[in-house]
Amino acid sequence: MLVFIKVSYFAAMLAFVIGLKYLSSPSKAQKGNLISAIGMVLAVFATIIGSFYGEVVSLNLVLIFAAMILATILGKRMSDRVEMTAMPQLVSFFNAMGGGCALLLGILEAQQIGSAESNRLGEITLLSGMMIGTVAFSGSIVAYLKLAGKQKDKRSMAIAYSSKALLFAMVAIPLFSSIQWLSFNLLEEVIILGLISLVYGVIFVLPIGGADMPVVISLLNALTGVATALAGLIYGNLIMIAGGIFVGAAGILLTLMMCTAMNRSLWKVLAGKFKKSTGNAIEEEIEIQTTSIGETATKLAYAEKVAIIPGYGLAVAQAQHVCNQLEKLLEQNGTEVDYIIHPVAGRMPGHMNVLLAEADVQYHKLKEMDEVNDTMSDYDVALIIGANDVVNPAAELDEHSSIYGMPIIRAYNAKNSIVIKRGMSKGYAGVENKLFGYPNCFLLFGDAKNALGELINELKNLNQ
Amino acid sequence: MIEFITQHESMIYFITLSIFLGIELIANVPAILHTPLMSGANAISGIILVGAILIMNRIPSDDYVNLTLGFIAVFLGALNIAGGFFVTGRMLSMFSAKKKK
Repeated sequence: MLVFIKVSYFAAMLAFVIGLKYLSSPSKAQKGNLISAIGMVLAVFATIIGSFYGEVVSLNLVLIFAAMILATILGKRMSDRVEMTAMPQLVSFFNAMGGGCALLLGILEAQQIGSAESNRLGEITLLSGMMIGTVAFSGSIVAYLKLAGKQKDKRSMAIAYSSKALLFAMVAIPLFSSIQWLSFNLLEEVIILGLISLVYGVIFVLPIGGADMPVVISLLNALTGVATALAGLIYGNLIMIAGGIFVGAAGILLTLMMCTAMNRSLWKVLAGKFKKSTGNAIEEEIEIQTTSIGETATKLAYAEKVAIIPGYGLAVAQAQHVCNQLEKLLEQNGTEVDYIIHPVAGRMPGHMNVLLAEADVQYHKLKEMDEVNDTMSDYDVALIIGANDVVNPAAELDEHSSIYGMPIIRAYNAKNSIVIKRGMSKGYAGVENKLFGYPNCFLLFGDAKNALGELINELKNLNQ
Repeated sequence: MIEFITQHESMIYFITLSIFLGIELIANVPAILHTPLMSGANAISGIILVGAILIMNRIPSDDYVNLTLGFIAVFLGALNIAGGFFVTGRMLSMFSAKKKK
């Protein structure tokens, strides 16, 4: 029996390694997901068989199966029904579940060890795993609420100070208990630290701006991995340690990659700080030029090469499908159309690709920013739909701007750039878009979906 | 200190190598796959379910308070896994469905 468990765990570990490797390559990603899932099922059933083999069927076993079946049905329903635009918050929600599991494990395990002779190192491991898991739990719930638009950013000095105080308590309480300055038993310690971590998770995510949410979700995801690995150390369970560390290490790397893509330092994200534009920032009045559906349609009809630069505004307006129709129509016309995707377009890196894929946009038409930035002047028209900060030349030119240094799509180099947006509102970063003042830039005010629909009609008329 | 290291030598090797492996595995991921990868990794972190099952085995069958907590722990872990893999699969199916066209 022991051999069976060990072999299954080893196979599961291999499945996670291969699964993660495949998940990072476009052609094999689907297979990677399946392989990881098989590894997971194998590890879970090996654990159940190993723990309960030869025993009479107990209430415990019945409860395990009941919980797993319920969870599987619920998980399937939730993932089937979610709108693709709501994907990031769902990932955050599922991550919260793992964190919550770590919190409960801490409470249960503390009672088990509580009575036995135990070493302090093991207890510290247990406490750290529990705290990290709990922060991931409450933090992910807040991130979920924020992305779903149910919770706004909150920033105040009180939050900043209490956040530091709580973090200090989370280090100090276990430390002082170790050297017996404080005399809690383990269960008391778990409950106090658990409550502190719950509150800390909330006020840790509250002040962080909406644009930084993907970074935070990725970080919280990594934290759940670390919590899992620490819990695994307590049980001496290799598959938990391996799985947890893979997710923790990969998650932290992914977090840093996202920070680089947005030109934000991780510390600034965590502190909820935005670089304040200094007084010297060039705040000149921008004169904008507006355009009409008719003019835009004409420009598109005569263009040889068109770049579509989508942003989250496109997804909010649910305009992916209309956008795809427009692309098809232009191609019938003999126009070459590319989509240029900024690494952080959407709510999460790669989110825009998923949204466009849902609308049947062909994979090879999606260009990454770096592929096309040097040849932007080849495009006759750059159609910017619901994107703002990612095309703002201030990021390259105005070193006082808060987005200075962020890599952008050089839409200003295209022969014409047309921006479809609802009003003169600023983008996430809250800075004026210098692009709007360029002589080759035209603004087309309107809802993305309606505007694209009208463009399609207009183009059809022109073609007749 | 030396005693601790010699006692846990293979575990220290295992952990260190796992960290590097985790980083190396996804180092070359294109931006397109960031979201599915994050979601897939999230599902893998649901392996904490194994811990919940192990502890369920040790709770006495008449300790209803802790059985309830354990039940919730198993439920949360399993929801993390099931939801994570299903949603990742759904995202990825959109990439491949249109590639065939």
